[in-house]
Amino acid sequence: MVKQLSVFLENKPGTLNKALLMLKNNDVNIVAISLADTSEFGLARLIVDDLEKGRSAIREGGYTSTLADVIAVRLAQRVGYLQEILDKLSAAGINVEYMYTASTGPDGADLIMKTSDPAKAEEVLAEAKAEVLKQDDLRKLGGDN
Amino acid sequence: MSRDQIEELQSKRLVKQINRIYHNVEYYRKKMQEAGLEPSDIRGIEDLDKLPFTTYEDIAKAYPFGLSAVPLSEAVRVHASSGTTGKPKIAIYTRKDIDIWSECVARCFSMAGITKNDIIQVGYGYGLFTGGLGAHYGAENLGALVIPMSTGNTKKLIDMMIDCGTTAIACTPSYLLHVAEALEAEGLVDKIKLKYAICGAEPWTDNMRKQIEERLHIKAVDIYGLTEIMGPGVAADCKYHKGLHIWEDHFIPEIIDPDTLEQLPAGQTGELVITTITKEGMPLIRYRTRDLTSIEIGKCDCGRTMARIQRFKGRSDDMLVIRGVNVFPSQVEQALLEIDGTTPNYMINVDRVDNNDTFEVQIEVEERFFSDEIRKLEELRSKVENSIHQMTGIKAKVRLVEPNALPHSDGKTKHVNDARKLV
Repeated sequence: MVKQLSVFLENKPGTLNKALLMLKNNDVNIVAISLADTSEFGLARLIVDDLEKGRSAIREGGYTSTLADVIAVRLAQRVGYLQEILDKLSAAGINVEYMYTASTGPDGADLIMKTSDPAKAEEVLAEAKAEVLKQDDLRKLGGDN
Repeated sequence: MSRDQIEELQSKRLVKQINRIYHNVEYYRKKMQEAGLEPSDIRGIEDLDKLPFTTYEDIAKAYPFGLSAVPLSEAVRVHASSGTTGKPKIAIYTRKDIDIWSECVARCFSMAGITKNDIIQVGYGYGLFTGGLGAHYGAENLGALVIPMSTGNTKKLIDMMIDCGTTAIACTPSYLLHVAEALEAEGLVDKIKLKYAICGAEPWTDNMRKQIEERLHIKAVDIYGLTEIMGPGVAADCKYHKGLHIWEDHFIPEIIDPDTLEQLPAGQTGELVITTITKEGMPLIRYRTRDLTSIEIGKCDCGRTMARIQRFKGRSDDMLVIRGVNVFPSQVEQALLEIDGTTPNYMINVDRVDNNDTFEVQIEVEERFFSDEIRKLEELRSKVENSIHQMTGIKAKVRLVEPNALPHSDGKTKHVNDARKLV
């Protein structure tokens, strides 16, 4: 299980830019990002290399944020694999609230997913031989460097 | 009636009213005793300023029937308008109160030129709100044919206006402008037979009246009232538009300085205070309306001698009138408590766009109720919208904003931004 930093943003020019500037000025690297939006507001969902520093930078900028338990999982590049995984999650009664791609390459794809029951979801994924990543593994996202 | 005759009648009725309430309403008796007053101390309107004021807090404390001067078996109706917090302000009417109310409204209609030969559409809401039933009974009292439209269906209102040959309409001025727009859009202005409009329940300007008159080729007048006192028909203007004639045989108007509470002479601006001298169900003595205005005494160009309330210059409290409905910021604050028991920083934005009032509440999203799921934030938004609707009776658009998006100040934070230009 990993922690995601979620930031509330109004849907208008410059708000995301200002939030990201706070991270940059505090030397926080963004490992993955996803934006969700409605006509009036949006959410920036961020996986960062330094969670504590990231959150305090965001707070310092005056933004409302929260930490959410999400699952980071590395899936092999194989047709139908994600669908099979979802099949197992739904069979276990787990709902996927949202999901986004952190990175993708010839050897695999890293996904971030928020589920109704993260602990149980990780068990299901482990049984399906998917590689579940931990907070410390996050720096590896996007390749081994 | 000459001024002397009006004052003689008012004095006689005031003395009788004070005697009645002293003996019938414990709440008033206590208030008078606290002020060291006996009914015999009030010998005429010259003693009016000895009497304690009544405020909406008094009505709230006496909720629901504590100010009733009759046994409930003698009462035939209640109406209510929003209070500053959860409970509404209730008014109680006897059969005679309804008759007098109907007559007052009929006088207003008659002053506007309406007769028994007219067909009147009532476009105020029917229900606890006094607008619908008040205008309805007044029109019936006049002998006119009444079409009880209520609110909410402009197309049907226009269809019936054309099909029935409606000649008069009673509704809020902003709604009538909305109807005018709809008629213009369909090219139907020539098809209506409308001659008169009696508009009220919200503040409006001469400019709005002229727009209504020119676009619909009609004559429009202003009607004033408040639920606590009676409902619409406490006062109305005549075709000379020199102020709203208040029916002084039933109501005694005063203007006071809202800070010192001293009576002000005619012509000076202050808070309007009304005493009901014929009301049986819930008589109010020196009721502070919180409406700021002045009063002119003297014969009007129309020949009437009853005092005229001048243009309203605002409120001495923070009440807003949005789409004809009274809204207090404290109600919105109470609705926001629904979120998690505390009130976030908020701002009420009111404006008038295309002649319709807009009502928006901005809320700063705080960490304690923030979620990273859009669905939950949308749920929160609609929950707050519902609770504001329940609390105020009208719908607001709730907008979630970032912290510090709204002005914060050291002392008293400003929570209302009313951009309407009506004064």
